Amino acid sequence: MDLIYEKCNHRQAFSFRSNREFDVPFPRELRRQKAAELPEVSELDVVRHFTHLSRRNMGIDTNFYPLGSCTMKYNPKIADVVSSFVGFTQLHPQLLYSETYLDCVQGALELVYHLEQLLSEISGMRAVSLQPMAGAHGELTGVLMMSAYHKHHKNTHKKIILIPDSAHGTNPASAAIAGFQVQEIPSNPQGTLDLDRFREAMNDEVAGIMLTCPNTHGLFEKDIQEIADLAHQHDALLYYDGANLNAIIGQCRPGDLGFDVMHFNLHKTFATPHGMGGPGSGPVGVNERLLDFLPGPRVIKKDNDVFSLDYPKNTIGKSAPFLGHFLVAVRAYVYILMQGNEGLKEVSQKAVLNANYVLSRLRAAFPPAYDRLCMHECVLMAMPYHDWEVRALDFAKALLDRGFHAPTVYFPLTVKEALMIEPTETETKETLDQFCDTMLELAELAKQNPDELRNAPITTPVQRLDEVKAAKELNVVRPLNTPKT
Amino acid sequence: MAWIPVTHKDEQEMLQAIGVSSVDCLFEDIPPSLRLKSWNIPEGLSEIEAYQHLEALSKKNETGYVSFVGGGYYDHYIPAVVDYLSQRGEFSTAYTPYQPECAQGTLQAIYEYQTALCRLTDMEVANASLYDGGTALFEAIMLAVRVTGRRKVKIIPGLNPIYEQMIRTHIANLDLELEYGDEPEGCACIVGATPDFFGNIHDFTAIAEKCHSASALMIIQFYPIALGIMKTPGEMGADIAVGEGQSLGLPLGFGGPYLGLFAARKEYIRKMPGRICAMTVDKQGKRGFVLTLQAREQHIRREKAMSNVCSNQALCALRALIYLCEVGKQGLIEVAQDCYSKTEYLKKKLSAFATVINPKPTFNEFVVRLPIPAEKVILKFKQNGILPGIPLKSLLEHCKQQIPCKDKDGNTYGEEGDLLIAVTEKRTQKELDMLAELIRANIS
Repeated sequence: MDLIYEKCNHRQAFSFRSNREFDVPFPRELRRQKAAELPEVSELDVVRHFTHLSRRNMGIDTNFYPLGSCTMKYNPKIADVVSSFVGFTQLHPQLLYSETYLDCVQGALELVYHLEQLLSEISGMRAVSLQPMAGAHGELTGVLMMSAYHKHHKNTHKKIILIPDSAHGTNPASAAIAGFQVQEIPSNPQGTLDLDRFREAMNDEVAGIMLTCPNTHGLFEKDIQEIADLAHQHDALLYYDGANLNAIIGQCRPGDLGFDVMHFNLHKTFATPHGMGGPGSGPVGVNERLLDFLPGPRVIKKDNDVFSLDYPKNTIGKSAPFLGHFLVAVRAYVYILMQGNEGLKEVSQKAVLNANYVLSRLRAAFPPAYDRLCMHECVLMAMPYHDWEVRALDFAKALLDRGFHAPTVYFPLTVKEALMIEPTETETKETLDQFCDTMLELAELAKQNPDELRNAPITTPVQRLDEVKAAKELNVVRPLNTPKT
Repeated sequence: MAWIPVTHKDEQEMLQAIGVSSVDCLFEDIPPSLRLKSWNIPEGLSEIEAYQHLEALSKKNETGYVSFVGGGYYDHYIPAVVDYLSQRGEFSTAYTPYQPECAQGTLQAIYEYQTALCRLTDMEVANASLYDGGTALFEAIMLAVRVTGRRKVKIIPGLNPIYEQMIRTHIANLDLELEYGDEPEGCACIVGATPDFFGNIHDFTAIAEKCHSASALMIIQFYPIALGIMKTPGEMGADIAVGEGQSLGLPLGFGGPYLGLFAARKEYIRKMPGRICAMTVDKQGKRGFVLTLQAREQHIRREKAMSNVCSNQALCALRALIYLCEVGKQGLIEVAQDCYSKTEYLKKKLSAFATVINPKPTFNEFVVRLPIPAEKVILKFKQNGILPGIPLKSLLEHCKQQIPCKDKDGNTYGEEGDLLIAVTEKRTQKELDMLAELIRANIS
């Protein structure tokens, strides 16, 4: 398919029809030398180009998308509709920072206030700030609060953050960017945190521990109470990575488990669209200990139902320019309101049921990394097919030919030939059965005709791509005047 | 529940296959004492109820005004095709292109976006976007620190105070020195904005040259619409160019999601944060696109990664790309020229009877000093259907800025009367005249 730059033919799709009498010449010495070589196409060219591009994608709207760790559940369309109300989309954020303008934004402040309350209640945390703009940004904000807390308490010796080997890469990266040293704690043979090794690592230099629970093996950290007690004995803070909150929502709450600080992924648990990789939204929640360190401003409710702003006493400052990804928050808010009390509990129940069903159907052909019940996702291995030189990646590619998005492969790093499957609660049993049937057929095919898997996919817009060439040549920008290929 | 399609019959069959008697058995790993007893979450609403509730909330916000509020986020027109195309589910409900064969739409769009951004800024490479302008600036500083191994960062006065506070928040634990100034000796980088927060246009060419003699990096924060006509970061010799992409077809949306624009010179590509898409071929030699240089990123390098960023603002970047394709080469010149002309028109009108703090050419924003507190007159403007701009003192206080606050030329801002006024192509001559009239009436 052509690049939009290859369709350029000196047409103008859109004109601002500027009022020429108005024109004031822009100072010559400040002008750019040459116009930016942007596309020059008709509006219909634009519409066809992007419509064609969209058809070269798989999304939840088009295919089952069991991408482990990403919670690719159905994104309700009502959330798109309400988040595009002009009262939300056209609201200027700078109105926030002027007392006189706060009258204009009362509906938005009310929404933020209520969503923060709902998230606090869902998580068992004392307070929530919507500011962080994605999960990893929530981690960074959380770790910055931990750092501010220790500074405030003159705990200058606290320089280490403990992180399990099964954690997402963002955990160690966020800790490092916030200025901490990272120490990795191995998993035990049951797939959870090795408590003995954790005990050994725990000392007064430890500032905190970052845990995902259930962890990326899809297993609940059964020793969570001991972990929390041990951490708190050393005045270390316990961080909850909300990546897998979908597994436990309505069943237990991070705050009750002993966590001091956490982030949510609104684009996972609360069904806001993943948008090809963003925008996400990563609100942070804290318990009493970290309340004064939250980013500011915070929305407060005054007498007579007027909403205003306040700053936590020892706020870390601003992690976002305003109150976070507001239009994503609107979507999550309507999702929570419609699911309600019972619906939110059913989310985790059915997510866990679906994952265990897939596990039960596939465990004979694809051995689980840890052979026990799982939470919202199961981690299987493609190891049995090594003899036929078929790897996890080949199964992933063969699924694409059969109308399924692939599971997450080669993660967590602790599992060989990992296939991490997260079906979510929004899929029908028929879809799960079709997926499992297909996986089992592929398992047979791997032995009968391994080449078919190794050559897959063949029905997608392109076949397997040369990543080495991509990294070597680094063609990341279309040079001007490139001949059409 | 409507979005959860598992029937009672399904549940029974699935439990049997799993070999447990109830769904509750699946949660046995959670210590019973820690299970949720009760919570205060209301009963679910129907779609109709939810719609009406959200509609009522949205109407509690007042958006019908003629607005002169800017401050880094602007009321530009969004062509209809931007919403129409970006709402397609194949875009919005896809995730990170981990399987490139079924994500060529996403990947080609990122490649085209990177190309558009480089052509706009005259820079050599760009990433697939970051969260917003403020975090893009933070990441640019981190890149300069990695490249130079130095710990001192200087900011040329006039930077958006929100960005400055965001930078301070993010580097709090990193042992970096942040100062104001433009002398690059011993610095990792100099950070300058053009137009700056008050609208002033600067040419940083000479400072960039000084940076290069001192082996420091020049970071320029730009405003993408202005680059329709304005001297570019590349032309000035920037090493890294960053900006807020909201003005490229993204709604104001009370704070986001927005778009962090990030471009750089090619030599820094291996130390850049964020996703990068590259062109390659498939095994039949057909052109295709993949994410590349992933060894920079957190999922491979963990604590040694260039950044903790895991996502990009792909859907927002797509909107910006569609915007730039739709307005095209000529349209971007038109909108930039229109913003500039209308601003100069208003400034000239106001100069006749009011104090304009920065009378030199500004792009689409400037500061007027009223003889009365700005916050006090806003109500009167609102009654006439106008939001006249940002009362600067209040904003600067919210951002913990020292007042008065300076720009590069030594003008000072932050008195009670200071109002930051922004003009976009959407404002008509009649509206500009009306604002001028109201200001005149309120100060005389």
